[in-house]
Amino acid sequence: MDLTTRIGSLELRNPLMAASGCFGYGVEYADAVDLTTIGAVVSKGLFLEERSGHPPQRIVETPSGMLNAIGLQGIGVHRYIKEKLPELRRLGATNVINICGSTLDEYVELARILSDAEGVHALEINISCPNIKEGGITFGCSLHGTFDVVSAIKKVTHLPVIPKLTPNVTDVASIAKSAEDAGADAVSLVNTFLAMAIDVETRRPKLSNIVGGLSGPAIRPIAVRMVYECRRAIKIPIIGMGGIANATDVLEFMIAGATAVQVGTANFVDPFIWSKLLDGLRDYGQRHSIARIADLVGTVDTSTREKQWISS
Amino acid sequence: MPVDIEARVIRNTRLSPDYNVIELAAPEIADATAPGQFVMVKPGRGSDPLLRRPFSVFEVLRENGRVTGITLLSKRVGITTSMLFDAVEGDTISCLGPLGKPFELVDPPAEAWMVAGGVGLAPFATLGEALVARGTKTTLFYGARSGKELFYLDWFSSRGIELKLSTEDGTNGDKGRITVPLERELQRVASEKTVPADVMVYACGPEPMLEAVAHVAERYGQPSQVSVERVMGCGMGGCYSCVIPVKDAGGGHHYVRSCIGGPVFRGSDLIWD
Repeated sequence: MDLTTRIGSLELRNPLMAASGCFGYGVEYADAVDLTTIGAVVSKGLFLEERSGHPPQRIVETPSGMLNAIGLQGIGVHRYIKEKLPELRRLGATNVINICGSTLDEYVELARILSDAEGVHALEINISCPNIKEGGITFGCSLHGTFDVVSAIKKVTHLPVIPKLTPNVTDVASIAKSAEDAGADAVSLVNTFLAMAIDVETRRPKLSNIVGGLSGPAIRPIAVRMVYECRRAIKIPIIGMGGIANATDVLEFMIAGATAVQVGTANFVDPFIWSKLLDGLRDYGQRHSIARIADLVGTVDTSTREKQWISS
Repeated sequence: MPVDIEARVIRNTRLSPDYNVIELAAPEIADATAPGQFVMVKPGRGSDPLLRRPFSVFEVLRENGRVTGITLLSKRVGITTSMLFDAVEGDTISCLGPLGKPFELVDPPAEAWMVAGGVGLAPFATLGEALVARGTKTTLFYGARSGKELFYLDWFSSRGIELKLSTEDGTNGDKGRITVPLERELQRVASEKTVPADVMVYACGPEPMLEAVAHVAERYGQPSQVSVERVMGCGMGGCYSCVIPVKDAGGGHHYVRSCIGGPVFRGSDLIWD
């Protein structure tokens, strides 16, 4: 099966991407994983400046999932370009850079800086981090905010622009439409679900930030539904994510309408997951005689069925 | 480079109603492990527990001169440690490692003092063996709640490692915290008429103990290396959960991932939050 995947002008070897914030800057995994075997590596969210992030405790496990409130600790765009990008270029990675700003001007400045850097293949616009007060999510929670930040970035870059959407809104499809209208090349969804866990013995929140983002298999059915809804609302490619842990999960997102997918939490559990996912996709392609994985996208069959006799 | 092994349980020995030592057939990890490194462990394939948990490599198993596996020292406190406690021979446990920065070893005439609190004994079997092999005089300061929770005492003393014990209930060694005998010995060394010995203090245990050990060592002018345990997501540097504040040159601090920047740190580099 041909796994080649196209997101606007960006061509990927396969539809698997390492999700932002779940793969460090990529170089951390270079000893364990050949980065050229992953469709793309999405960087940890970058601001213009360095950020220290939230104090521990930053994660807590919940049933089939985890909450995180890392607070976007990061080295900032300048150190990223100097210290990480040359190594990622040498390793042959396809690099999607996740950018975060507190203001519109910061997003635009980040997009400008990264458009001039060698080895950057696309920009993922973080307008959905639930863990920081300033900026970001305030854009991603409104139609106008999404439109404004995407159209401003589109004006200053030749790179594919992919806003990453939050599920913490009433109607994610209308936000996706707003992104498309503003000229987005694709959208990625979903970021984490705002959530909370409390230690009943101490009556204290388990996270220092009080609330955090829920990820992992617990959120997968909701994320699949949101991808399906967005597929019906927009024409641009969707990068789907939310609790993908095996090849069946990848296929579910693609059939719901995702052109590519991102894997986050599952990479924490198994850093060698990538080759297993690819094997599973190829096996499916063979069993179902599918020549190109792109042919699967959005093929969910919702037609009414004749009742079938199930013999016991 | 870390490897992920579906390690077979060779044997599971219950040391007490809470503690166990589990032997795992993971020769590739055993072969590559340096003292102080850890493995990320996941018993069972389901999504509860979802994430792996970090464990120091306790012993490296050898048979006829060949490395055959590792053991983990575990105390039952949560879901993963309960599963490790209940595991039986033939089960498989997913083991990713070795990970993290190991201890820096010291050579004679410097002495090595290993300070363990409870399950914090875990990294000191491999460290003790490595130090003794270099001819470094090695002492284990080992504290627990009671004498029933002091394990492997013969294992250490048969390898020429001197023991200084403490228990909170006074059933073995000094009554009180492990810093009681530690401070007494630091005082003794400092008051020696000739040039005081150089001591490297190694510590692993609950963070308040690590803080107390690092401070008392510093007060007597001796360096320390502490192995910290933070809530960890991936063990590979991917998630930025397990951070610990490390002092900046400018007087502030920054967060360092304890999985790849540690788990071993110089005691004097840390800020205790």
